[in-house]
Amino acid sequence: MKRFELRDAPIDAAAERSGLEHPAAGGCVTFEGWVRDHNDARAVTRLDYQAYGPLAEKEGAAILDEACGRFELRAARCVHRVGALAIGEMAVWVGVSADHRDAAFAACRWIIDEVKRRVPIWKNEHYADGESGWLHPSA
Amino acid sequence: MKIKLLYFASLADRAGRSAETRDTSANTPQDLYAEVAREHAFEFSPAHVRVAVNGALAGWDRPLADGDEVVFLPPVSGG
Repeated sequence: MKRFELRDAPIDAAAERSGLEHPAAGGCVTFEGWVRDHNDARAVTRLDYQAYGPLAEKEGAAILDEACGRFELRAARCVHRVGALAIGEMAVWVGVSADHRDAAFAACRWIIDEVKRRVPIWKNEHYADGESGWLHPSA
Repeated sequence: MKIKLLYFASLADRAGRSAETRDTSANTPQDLYAEVAREHAFEFSPAHVRVAVNGALAGWDRPLADGDEVVFLPPVSGG
């Protein structure tokens, strides 16, 4: 099972969670990012995610490796959707397991922040007024 | 030399294509970006763009070779 994966089909959180199990782990922390129906006060009807696949998988795997070096983890995984998504669909799933909760909470937060900052994936928002636009934050 | 370029997100919209093979005299990603940004009216300054060569992040001054695949990465918005 790849630890970082781009997927063009719905994410099954329960199935992903089983990939975190470890006899020494005292718990897991997961984060689910969902498609919401608004952004910056505009009504959003759907999203498209586009990725530069080979580099996204490489960079995603590097983030998970770095997380395992920074935090005391038993497992760390991430799945990110590509393609067309509807409101309410899961866009990204991050999960970590650890012996203790402090490391698990901190690592999960760190991973989603790094994924958003570094992995070459772009979001195209489609708005209720018919317009659409790629998001390029901080530009 | 011939360089293959892939375009994503708003850069693909501006360029009107997702890929092109370009015969160029640019020796580095820095020179190549100046060339394509001018031609396609890209809105991002190099400070807001990252470069990948042959599937790996690279520096702006990395020497380019014939047949390289170059991707200019505008600010990302995953998650």
